[in-house]
Amino acid sequence: MIKLEYYLIVSTLMFFIGIFGFITRKSMIAILISLELVLNAVEINFAAFNRYLFPEQMEGMFFTIFGIAITAAETAVALAIIINAYRLIGDININDATKLKG
Amino acid sequence: MNILSLFVLIPVLMILFLFLSKEMKTIRTIMVAGASALLAVTAVLIVVFLKERAANPDAEMLLVQSWTWYKPLNIAMTLGVDGISVVMIALSSIIVFTGVFSSWNMNMAKEFFLWYCLLTIGVFGFFITIDLFSMFMFYEVALIPMYLLIGLWGTGKKEYSAMKLTLMLMGGSAFLMIGIIGIYFASGATTFNLLEIANNLHIPIEQQRWIFPATFLGFGVLGALFPFHTWSPDGHAAAPTSVSMLHAGVLMKLGGYGCFRVAIYLMPEAAHELGWIFLILTGISVVYGAFSAVVQTDLKYINAYSSVSHCGLVLFAILMLNQTAMTGAVMQMLSHGLMTALFFALIGLIYGRTHTRDIREMGGLMKIMPFASVCYVIAGLASLGLPGLSGFVAEMTIFVGAFQNTGVFYTVLTIVACCSIVITAVYILRTVGKILYGPIQDTHHIGLPDAAWYEKVSAVGLIVAIVFMGFYPFGISNIISESVLPIITKLSTVI
Amino acid sequence: MEYSILILITPFVLFLFLGLVGGKLKPNLAGIIGTLGMGFCSVLAYSIAYQYFFVIGKTADTWQSVIPFSFEWLRFTELLHIDLGILLDPISVMMLVVITTVSLMVHIYSLGYMHGEDGFQRYYAFLSLFSFSMLGLVVATNIFQMYIFWELVGVSSYSLIGFYYQKPSAVRASKKAFIVTRFADLGFLVGILILSYYTKTFDFAALTANNAELVTTSFAGGTFMGLSLVSWALALIFMGGAGKSAMFPLHIWLPDAMEGPTPVSALIHAATMVVAGVFLVARLFPVYIFGAPEVLTMIAYIGAFTALFAAVIAITQTDIKRVLAFSTISQIAYMMAALGVSGYGDHDGLGYMSSMFHLFTHAFFKALLFLGAGSVIHAVHSNEMKDMGGLHKYMKITSITFFIACLAIAGIPPFSGFFSKDEILAAAFHNQPLIFWTLWVVAGLTAFYMFRLYFGVFFNGKRDYHHKPHESGFTMALPLIILAVFSIFTGFIPFSEYISSDGKPFDMHIDMTVATLSVVAAIVGIAVAYVLYFKDSEKPAMLANRFKGLYTLSINKFYLDEVWLFVTKKVIFNCISRPIAWFDKQVIDGTMDNIANVTQKVSHRVRFLQSGHTQRYIAFFVMGAILIAIAVFIFV
Repeated sequence: MIKLEYYLIVSTLMFFIGIFGFITRKSMIAILISLELVLNAVEINFAAFNRYLFPEQMEGMFFTIFGIAITAAETAVALAIIINAYRLIGDININDATKLKG
Repeated sequence: MNILSLFVLIPVLMILFLFLSKEMKTIRTIMVAGASALLAVTAVLIVVFLKERAANPDAEMLLVQSWTWYKPLNIAMTLGVDGISVVMIALSSIIVFTGVFSSWNMNMAKEFFLWYCLLTIGVFGFFITIDLFSMFMFYEVALIPMYLLIGLWGTGKKEYSAMKLTLMLMGGSAFLMIGIIGIYFASGATTFNLLEIANNLHIPIEQQRWIFPATFLGFGVLGALFPFHTWSPDGHAAAPTSVSMLHAGVLMKLGGYGCFRVAIYLMPEAAHELGWIFLILTGISVVYGAFSAVVQTDLKYINAYSSVSHCGLVLFAILMLNQTAMTGAVMQMLSHGLMTALFFALIGLIYGRTHTRDIREMGGLMKIMPFASVCYVIAGLASLGLPGLSGFVAEMTIFVGAFQNTGVFYTVLTIVACCSIVITAVYILRTVGKILYGPIQDTHHIGLPDAAWYEKVSAVGLIVAIVFMGFYPFGISNIISESVLPIITKLSTVI
Repeated sequence: MEYSILILITPFVLFLFLGLVGGKLKPNLAGIIGTLGMGFCSVLAYSIAYQYFFVIGKTADTWQSVIPFSFEWLRFTELLHIDLGILLDPISVMMLVVITTVSLMVHIYSLGYMHGEDGFQRYYAFLSLFSFSMLGLVVATNIFQMYIFWELVGVSSYSLIGFYYQKPSAVRASKKAFIVTRFADLGFLVGILILSYYTKTFDFAALTANNAELVTTSFAGGTFMGLSLVSWALALIFMGGAGKSAMFPLHIWLPDAMEGPTPVSALIHAATMVVAGVFLVARLFPVYIFGAPEVLTMIAYIGAFTALFAAVIAITQTDIKRVLAFSTISQIAYMMAALGVSGYGDHDGLGYMSSMFHLFTHAFFKALLFLGAGSVIHAVHSNEMKDMGGLHKYMKITSITFFIACLAIAGIPPFSGFFSKDEILAAAFHNQPLIFWTLWVVAGLTAFYMFRLYFGVFFNGKRDYHHKPHESGFTMALPLIILAVFSIFTGFIPFSEYISSDGKPFDMHIDMTVATLSVVAAIVGIAVAYVLYFKDSEKPAMLANRFKGLYTLSINKFYLDEVWLFVTKKVIFNCISRPIAWFDKQVIDGTMDNIANVTQKVSHRVRFLQSGHTQRYIAFFVMGAILIAIAVFIFV
């Protein structure tokens, strides 16, 4: 049987790749993807902890599904924002989106 | 329904009506009607107060009424007045009334008067409540509109001055807030009510040692205590006429009143112990303000520094901790409020016509605008303490009172403070001599119109009050000294 | 005697009336109303005097003081309160008569002199205010009431000196007068405070009763800088008196005060207000003599010195009003010196009596001199003696009345000045020989400079006048004649019957030695003046050259005005006020501004952390989280 640690290693890697991407990428799409990575890393953790530590309960799984749903919704909203931002400023570079800055 | 709540309700109603009004004429009608209503209510209040006083000669506060706001923290809205508050309310309503006439032709009048009414609420609210929390709240209500009133309608370096004034006063209220919270917890965290704290609870002396300076300093900043007075010259110089009037006339009195009612009353031991430090500061204020006024060239700066000197005298007298001096302090608040308002009204009038406040650019105005000039001379004479006008009775009560304290320290300080009457004469006569007398300096000034009717109403109203106080001091002084007595009794029990 | 309150109410009502609605009246009407009101006051004053001296009379052979009216005006403490009231005793009744008479004369005179001036109504309003304040001052029942009216006379004097408010010199003079006297009043106030702190009363009656017992017993014997506290208090109170009465070195305002209209100079700066200081010391005389005799001695020396000093200056002045002003200083100093050398009770109190006597006679002849000078100025439109001369021909009435006044002030018998001056000299002769000889010299100098003035103006060759000078009209001549009559006859009043230091009448007699000495001095003075000035000659210029140093000092008033300028301009402005203003602007305000600036700078720095870059936030967040994780890992 695969040990819990392996799941955690994968999710940690995903999490930090996501964080790294989030901090370093300039493209909003790339940032969004990085964000997905972070969220999915968390969801892997949820599912893994649920399965290994509390196999008779289902809360972790529910949270994972809940998280996936939220992520989907969030991606939709984020893409909509990005498209609008593109229409407004002509590209999707995060540093160019300064219209709201005082 | 308590008559005191009218003092807050009337300005609230005025604000509501102002929201609905559009034309200048309606706005003016609302303001005049409201201000007159306040005056009328004040008159009624004085009668009611005297009647109540005769009925309960021992009660410390009259017309007391309380509503709980927030039970867990014992915050209540408690109304109550004694002679001192009645006098201060009378002063405020006179100045609010005359201030309306002095800002007859304001730009954006509606907005101006909205803030003006809010300021009024704060001022009256502060004087009618005897609950520390509500006092603090109204205090803040009175301070905030100042920023906009000066920043938007002011002249000169208005943004800078508005910012400076607001920040310094807010700094003061930070101290004050610490002080008030300190009082609340040190007295056992059961009530914010002044009377209850003073009469039933006791603040341990160790706590008083830090709460007293915080509170005194907090109020002292508003009372232009040296060296926290520098907001006053800039602020007054930049403010529009009626705001200067209200600010120097009433708002600065909030400081003195607060020092007296909160700092000294609740912490008598600390007042005895630490009073001397502040006494030295106030002594400096008195002479320092007067000397600074001697070399100023801007009319408003002269008056602002003279306010520093006169308000210093208020705090000085309060710290003398005896009945005569404290009575004098309240009379000085009243007197200074009236004459400084008159000064600012007239400076506004002169500035509105000559477009300069520099005394070097004016001269011989007596010939051009005799009415305004005569009023200015009267204000000046009141300021330098001419008998028959208000300044004399107040100053003399203070000096005689201060001299009753035994000890070389007090005597020397009193004599130093007395010196201010000479310096006051120097700068008042210098100003009067420069701008009113002498040949006409600037030929463009020839033919400028004298005071218009609304400006006359404002000036005459204040002069009548000044003369009334100068001729009839015994009535006012009796009301005040009766109300000072509980504080004195409390002070004398702790020695 | 209750009606005596009217003597205060009438001028006050007149002031209010003329001040508020005077501008709408015709000038002449306003003047006539003012004059009639003052006439009414004079009638009242005379009737009060008659009633006081002849109807009420003495009790137990002593003049008692009467308080017909008094009420509490302002209460300070249980014991200290300001009462306003009327105190009638010999000196206050005498002052009432003097003030109302001179004031009435000035009112009448001004109808002509001030005719056609701008602000005629205002002038009469202020005259009424002045009369009110001065009358209130002399009838004060307590020292604080006196202080109140003291300030009021100060301000009416200020307003009247600055009557020609468009003239810069008048404005300066009025300012100077007010500030110098205010400075002196500071001493007065502090003196009152010290006195009342120990005695617990302001009341004159309580202070002076039983040989000032209260004062001598209540002071705890504290001393300050070698002088006892009671001496300090009384010396400070005298400082107030010295300011109003123009004693050296506080006299500098009086010559400048001549910028006011001449009748005002006659009323305020010659006859009434400037003797307030003398009156103050006289009022508190028992306190001085029993409480602090050393202060009284000091007063005597200051008086004698001022008398000599002012007389020396008067010799060289060329502005006729200034000559009279210095002469006034000198004569008031005479009265002060007389008070200073006086003893108490019976014939010892001769100095006190003679001081009051001289005050009384001086008021009339000095007012006459000023009004005469006004008449001359009115005729030739100049104040300078060089523009005058030979006027006797044109102005007979003025010349003769002026001559009478000069004889009176010079102390030639039987004119009034002789009697009062003689008593002063007699009092000094027996007590303080040094002061006697000083005053004797002053008497000679007085005669000299007065006749220098008289001969220089009315004789001494001819001048070419553009307009032929003419005698003044009836309203101006009448007061001159009346005052001349007073100047001749008031000396014959048996003054010691009515006024004495302890209220008990005593016999006064003319001391033949002293009288001879003083008359000789006066005659020598007049003779020298006759030789030098009756005809145009080179002699005065030669003398001036001979005594060049003294002459320069004298004509420049011993440079005291320059000292005054130095004190105000240099010391107050440049050494105190400017540094304070600078300190305020730079140090205190600078500190406040710097606190704000530092806050702003710090926040500018900190602001870059709040850049709006989400990525940076995340980076900080993650780093923070990692750091916390490490911290937890290590420490827990």
